Amino acid sequence: MKKLLSITLLFSFLFSIGNALAGTVIIESWRNDDADAWNDKIIPAFNAKHPNIKVVFQTTIPNQYAASVSAKLEGGNAGDLITCIPFDQSLKLFNRGWLASLNGLNGLENYPQVAKDAWSTDDQSDIFCVPMASVSHGFMYNKDIFKELGLSIPKTESEFFSVLEKIKSDGNYTPLAIGTADTWAISTMGFQNIGPNYWQGEKGRKGIISGDEKFTDSHYIELLKSLAKWGDYMATGYQAQTYPDSQNLFTLGDAAIYPTGSWEIFTFSQNADFEFSAFPPYKPDGQSECFVDDHTDIGIGLNAASKNAEESKIFLEWLTSAEFAEIFANEVPGFFPLHTHSINVNDPVAKEFISWKDDCATTIRNSVHIVGRGEPNLESVLWEVVSGVVNGTITAEEAGAKAEASLANWYAPHQ
Amino acid sequence: MRRSVSSHINKIIFKMKKKFPYHILVFLFPACFIYTVFMIFPLFDTIRISLYTQNLMGENMDNSSNIRAFIGFRNYYDLFFNENWSWHFWNALKNNTYFFLLHVSIQTPIGLLIAAFLSSRNLRFKHTYRTLIFLPAMMSIVIVGYLFNLILSNLWGIPQTILGVVGLEHLYQPWLGLKGPALITISLISIWQFVGIPMMLFYAALLNIPDEILDAAKIDGSGPMSTFWLIKFPLILPTVGLMVILTYVGNYNAFDLIFAMKSLYAGPEYSTDLMGTFFYRTFFGFQMQLGNPTMGATVASTTFGIILLGVLVYLFAFQQRITRYQY
Repeated sequence: MKKLLSITLLFSFLFSIGNALAGTVIIESWRNDDADAWNDKIIPAFNAKHPNIKVVFQTTIPNQYAASVSAKLEGGNAGDLITCIPFDQSLKLFNRGWLASLNGLNGLENYPQVAKDAWSTDDQSDIFCVPMASVSHGFMYNKDIFKELGLSIPKTESEFFSVLEKIKSDGNYTPLAIGTADTWAISTMGFQNIGPNYWQGEKGRKGIISGDEKFTDSHYIELLKSLAKWGDYMATGYQAQTYPDSQNLFTLGDAAIYPTGSWEIFTFSQNADFEFSAFPPYKPDGQSECFVDDHTDIGIGLNAASKNAEESKIFLEWLTSAEFAEIFANEVPGFFPLHTHSINVNDPVAKEFISWKDDCATTIRNSVHIVGRGEPNLESVLWEVVSGVVNGTITAEEAGAKAEASLANWYAPHQ
Repeated sequence: MRRSVSSHINKIIFKMKKKFPYHILVFLFPACFIYTVFMIFPLFDTIRISLYTQNLMGENMDNSSNIRAFIGFRNYYDLFFNENWSWHFWNALKNNTYFFLLHVSIQTPIGLLIAAFLSSRNLRFKHTYRTLIFLPAMMSIVIVGYLFNLILSNLWGIPQTILGVVGLEHLYQPWLGLKGPALITISLISIWQFVGIPMMLFYAALLNIPDEILDAAKIDGSGPMSTFWLIKFPLILPTVGLMVILTYVGNYNAFDLIFAMKSLYAGPEYSTDLMGTFFYRTFFGFQMQLGNPTMGATVASTTFGIILLGVLVYLFAFQQRITRYQY
């Protein structure tokens, strides 16, 4: 906290001098975990090419970022470059006229369309942020425990549960390190993790948007039923287990498998003193195709009122280059650049995550694009019903019906 | 002669009446100004905003166009009757009422009991007890929440171990994670933390009772129990009433402990959601849910109404009827 405070103070100080100097580009971000990577590697690399443009990386506490950045934009004192939350939070800023359109920016052709979707208007006529990074889902496992118990990596649902059963009957380790107290954790790292394999990736995600698929369809029920079985393999009292509890449980070496997102790689490789790796989300029995979630998570856009728009655009164009992609991927392992450039990643676990994309089709979370903007918010409803299913307080069918009903409440294609 | 004196006096009185003490205004101004600007205006403006709706996505808008539109009492209708809102509202209100009832029925009697013990004449280490019991009330709620999250943790908590020592380990439940017990557990934590406040108030009230009355009761043959229930308790009843209404206002405004322990999920499945956390989620938005300031203002106004209602009931039904004894 003290460190955070001093960083904030430092940045507000830098901000005040920064304002005085013309040609200083200020980046607003919530990623204070990456501040070192930006200050020590990324910005110096940029300055090697463009020594005249000074770039300052300025962070806000993550859970206050959305509110604080929109207040700053409204008040006219926001930085030049705005780190973009995917989808509606940023679309809202664009609709208010606070983010500039980036149509025609050189280098945007280096991204696949699915990456650009997160920061485009619904009709894709305007793009307002440069896609920067995505996060993936999968399962991390403790290699030592797997070796000790002679387990092999599960590929299908039944293999997955037989591995869990073996760990459970051995009795020394918690099979699955996850709890339901933080509902987002079980929903994001459970439902959105294995989900794409059940709803066939993009097909299912688009089906929900168009209304052709419903959460009451059999593959969603199957998915929820699969999650319902997780409860038996979680720690005693998992209903009260928070996200940091689960992280600690795994990094202390007390749990064998941790359903996760790639963003954990960085902290886990610092904290865990055993070897760990990752395996991709399991598939329903008998399915050959696989799908992985490659969720667009961070973008970066231009403040429409920026006084340094020219310099900022040069920086944005540099962000689309292979040079940035390679530095970013290696300095912040677990966050994957969204470019189409082929790059070298050194972290073995991050490499493992990336390798799945060769064989499996990628998709993004099914609850955020377009369907995520209503009241009640689909994402929040999913958190609630998924944790309910794992807790055993509601059945898979009830959960599906509840999610569908919440969508039908405001979204015409589901009415 | 007589007449002239009285007319003179009348004149003086008239003069005094005529001259309004304007300097009073100068003295009153700062307080009135600050109170108006920071309390009265925001209150009425909140109620005003609650009658509007807002374009949350900011579609087809630039900075100059009006973002809000007047919709009368539609927000209130949605809050009370539209299932998407009303479920959360009635759930939060129900939980909040439960939270309050637990406080009144547990915290107040315990506070009274401790105060009664502390005020007994032949208790040693009074000051130590008083300080120790009051200590948690001075701790930051964030710390208390964090401590109890650790104490009750399913992985490294202590109830399992303690129950295990006496062979009752099977009684352990993840209380904070179960729908029924979670709210009770959090209420008990809050009660534990703030039991010192009613204790202090009751203690002060009990000390105020003159010894003569108690001595007279003793001479009349009253035992400790009857002295307490027939003499001391009626004398401190106004303080008990005050404590109940303070608890009421505090509980319906409660937010921090839930926020510290459960974040805004108010889990499991919103079973620990109070009016405060519900308001925060509505007004500021939470994670992917965009904030809805006008609906938030509606929730805030409704909470204000609930608290106002309780305070009015207290003022008219309780405080006016209560007998105050002069001693």
